[in-house]
Amino acid sequence: MLPKSPFILMLLCLCLVVAIVLATGMGFLAIAPWEVVQVLWAKASGAGIAADINPTFPFVIMEVRLPRILTAAIVGGGLAVAGAVFQAILLNPLADPYTLGVSSGAAFGASLALVLGILGITVPLFFSVPLFAFFGAMTTLVVVFTLAAPDGRLSSNTLILSGVIVAAILSAGIGFIKYLADEQVGVIIFWLMGSFVGKTWPDVTLTAIFVFPGLLLTLYFARDLNIMALGGRTADTLGVDSRKVKKILLVCASLMTAICVSVSGIIGFVGLIIPHLLRLALGPDNRLLIPACFFGGAILLLTADTITRAWLPTELPIGVLTSLIGGPFFCYIFRKKQLGQR
Amino acid sequence: MNNIHTDPFFAISKGCFAYRANNVLQDIDLDLVPGQFYGLIGPNGSGKTTLLDLLTATKPLQSGQIIFQGKALADYAKKELATKIALVPQQFAMGFDFTVSDLVLMGRYPYIPRFSNPSKRDIDLVDEAMHVMQIHTLRHRLINDLSGGEKQRVVVARALAQDTEVLVLDEATSNLDIHHTIEIMHVIRKLVRNQGRTVIAAIHDLNLAAAFCDQVIVLKEGRIFTTGSVGEALTADLIAEVFQVQAEVQAATLNHSPRIHYTLS
Repeated sequence: MLPKSPFILMLLCLCLVVAIVLATGMGFLAIAPWEVVQVLWAKASGAGIAADINPTFPFVIMEVRLPRILTAAIVGGGLAVAGAVFQAILLNPLADPYTLGVSSGAAFGASLALVLGILGITVPLFFSVPLFAFFGAMTTLVVVFTLAAPDGRLSSNTLILSGVIVAAILSAGIGFIKYLADEQVGVIIFWLMGSFVGKTWPDVTLTAIFVFPGLLLTLYFARDLNIMALGGRTADTLGVDSRKVKKILLVCASLMTAICVSVSGIIGFVGLIIPHLLRLALGPDNRLLIPACFFGGAILLLTADTITRAWLPTELPIGVLTSLIGGPFFCYIFRKKQLGQR
Repeated sequence: MNNIHTDPFFAISKGCFAYRANNVLQDIDLDLVPGQFYGLIGPNGSGKTTLLDLLTATKPLQSGQIIFQGKALADYAKKELATKIALVPQQFAMGFDFTVSDLVLMGRYPYIPRFSNPSKRDIDLVDEAMHVMQIHTLRHRLINDLSGGEKQRVVVARALAQDTEVLVLDEATSNLDIHHTIEIMHVIRKLVRNQGRTVIAAIHDLNLAAAFCDQVIVLKEGRIFTTGSVGEALTADLIAEVFQVQAEVQAATLNHSPRIHYTLS
């Protein structure tokens, strides 16, 4: 572990806190950062709110903005950590939750839950969407694994290839669901494009209870992930049970992805760009990289969401924004790397 | 290390391993003695890598038994075994840019508890391994910026830092030029001579095996064809039968090991 790691992580954590406070103040009703801090402090300590603060501010902060901002931050962090885990396991710096078809599986499950409602089968959406997304993601993972590894070995090329095949089938399935939804297809399309509009405290809780334990589990295995970069055979002779670690972390990262997708829709490139950029900046040691990815992903998605919410004249789905900015940016990095020293 | 073991040091009896339908290894009986340099030779597909996988416990034996230091190999905890047997693989593709010293330090993984920092001894052994492999000046360089020869020296240093009694080499030098090959083989040879370590190395080049090994284990079609000292086992008849190549073997003298001259026609 690098001696400067705690310093870097503290700095990133501080940046996240500052971003949360600034973002909470931004929007149609502008609130100064110190007023945000005052309201948050008053709520946390149970003290009364100072008389000179606009009485609508606490409601706007606590009930409207903060749940959405925290959801965006946790989802961003979760997607970036899941991306870092997939990259470390597949030994491919360009892999992400989408390469394995996990996001498509989650999206398929969630669309199915939405269309059931439209077709008249009433299910409470708050529970059914995450649940269906999770089953979609896990079923996809099992199918991808079975396809990739009939003999139980997990090679990264065949995993990615099966992921792409299954994702292609699932995207046709989503197309069929859209067709079934007929005139109400807008609900699914808007959701598929990804958005944090109208997120509430239960969304914050739901993402937090999956993303934070997932992050801790990943940190526990971070050192094993470093060793597994040497290849499964060498890792095994160094005392790492690489097959077990692979399976645990793939399930863990898929679960995190499924929960994030079910809450916010498909938000691409966070899981790809954040680990990639941070690895360039901080090096490949997962013990530093994984927590840094959590903060980096949280800051990125929070910023992107604030741009769509507070700056743009009409609210753009955040998934569209991240892909429009992230895609070309990624192409640039990829090209630069291809032309680099190697 | 020179004391006489009544228990076998490292032995396979009636070992079989099948991958899918076809048998890869059958009826393997092998008794390894500590402090020897074993060369594992045989044509492509004769099962050399599989045998090494069995000896490093990265693949399970399907029938038969492997005894290592008086205990079944399968009964060792992975971490414990990692302090006793190290592997130097042939191919090495690193997806991520670790520095040379980080990579060599990975050899200390089985000794460092989770969430702990490396001890003084860990750092010393890493330094020593880097000095032995002459990569000390490269310590802050990134692995993917190195040449093939330098990379392989890093891989060997990683295994040396693991500080094990047994070292398993799977064609560890076959991607290297002759200069780097000889350099690495000299280092390994010294480990056997001076420190009494046991080395089992799959080697393609028979002259290399003849020059550096004490014993050869010859595999043919998944079975052990013969074992014995280099001087006795490595004969023209054996090369003709196992490799289907005509060769003359120039016997060992005081100053040089046996040499093989292939008849190219």
